[in-house]
Amino acid sequence: MAETAVQEKEPIIQFGKKERKLLTDPLNDNNPITVQVLGICSALAVTSLVYPSLVMAIAVTLVTAFSNLFTSMIRNYIPKQVRMIVQLVIIAALVTVVELILKYYNYPIYKQLSVYIGLIITNCIVMGRLEAFAMANKPWRSFLDGLGNGLGYGAILVIVGIIREIFGKGTLFAGSPIELKIIGPNAEYLVNTTESVLFGWYSNNNLMVLPAAAMFIIGILIWIQRSYNTKLVDVS
Amino acid sequence: MEFVNTFIKAAFIENLVLSYFLGMCSFLAVSKSVKTAFGLGLAVIFVLAITMPINWLISTYLLSEEGLFGMDLTFLRFILFIAVIASMVQLVEMVVEKYSPSLYSALGIFLPLITVNCAILGGSLFMISRELTLSNSVAFGLGGGFGWFLAIVALAAIREKMRYSNVPPALRGLGMAFILTGLMGIAFMSLMGIDPAAFVK
Repeated sequence: MAETAVQEKEPIIQFGKKERKLLTDPLNDNNPITVQVLGICSALAVTSLVYPSLVMAIAVTLVTAFSNLFTSMIRNYIPKQVRMIVQLVIIAALVTVVELILKYYNYPIYKQLSVYIGLIITNCIVMGRLEAFAMANKPWRSFLDGLGNGLGYGAILVIVGIIREIFGKGTLFAGSPIELKIIGPNAEYLVNTTESVLFGWYSNNNLMVLPAAAMFIIGILIWIQRSYNTKLVDVS
Repeated sequence: MEFVNTFIKAAFIENLVLSYFLGMCSFLAVSKSVKTAFGLGLAVIFVLAITMPINWLISTYLLSEEGLFGMDLTFLRFILFIAVIASMVQLVEMVVEKYSPSLYSALGIFLPLITVNCAILGGSLFMISRELTLSNSVAFGLGGGFGWFLAIVALAAIREKMRYSNVPPALRGLGMAFILTGLMGIAFMSLMGIDPAAFVK
């Protein structure tokens, strides 16, 4: 009985075509980093290794999803003049929670990310989605939008992290429990078993460890994406 | 001397935007013309130089254990810092609107968005993690702002010239801006060897 009653006045949680689009759109057509140019600030500096970028991606996804959800819940009660402060307080509270959790469960990675965890507050993608989406949409939709944008952002972060770590350090997931040595004389996996040393001659490219490399890689990612997705090309 | 030292270090050697990637959003979005970049750069210098000492006072006298409340309130840091920054930005916005309406309309949404310019909050957080003194935090604010200003004006100038070049269509605009920023970052790295202490003497 109760279930049918909920069904009739449109369930709060539903997952149709529109909702799926909210999740998949930010992965390509409306990617936060390569298309909307939001949230580059606190991200690039952590991508020299995959593991911190993965942690960062998860943290940002949680913050965007839940800040979208909470803001959307109270959107009708926020006076327009003070909405920025209200949004910032919500975001700052969520980031504080994420920071404390990370500090408790994984102190080394917390140390490594240092100020960049706090800088999720000023990550434009969080604020941007609140302004552009959560202030005008229902909570469940906003939650999905936040989730999708966090994932789109995280995808770029992890791709850049993988490229930088493999070519800069020759490893993958360094610092995590499953550290792999991919390339170079000491490699243990894939092409480089002890019998066939294919890339043993490779020495690490120090450019990749520098922050500037992240800019080049993202620039090239944008180039590749826009070559395939021509509707994104800048006309001006 | 310490003051000049920190200023030079923050402006050139540890440039906020080119070596820490802070304030990237507005850096890439507002750098299409030199004039608006100039205005935004000045606003960032101002906000950074004002908020850093205020946040220093807050974290030393309110949030630390020796502070006014006698307990460790550092978990309130983010919320208080961002509140100070938001109110300062509001102030700058009102001043700019009154004295330079053309700049106000050119900056548009990016003026209130200085609040979420990572360089501002990042400056305050670096100040905490490096345990700077009050005068040093003023120098860090001024220097960091000046470095940000230099970087955005330089990028805007390059992008203005870039309009006459033959860039592949898919790389035009944003993609090129990223690669230019990377190149500028490498150029700024050549300043890293400078020891400001020796320089100032």
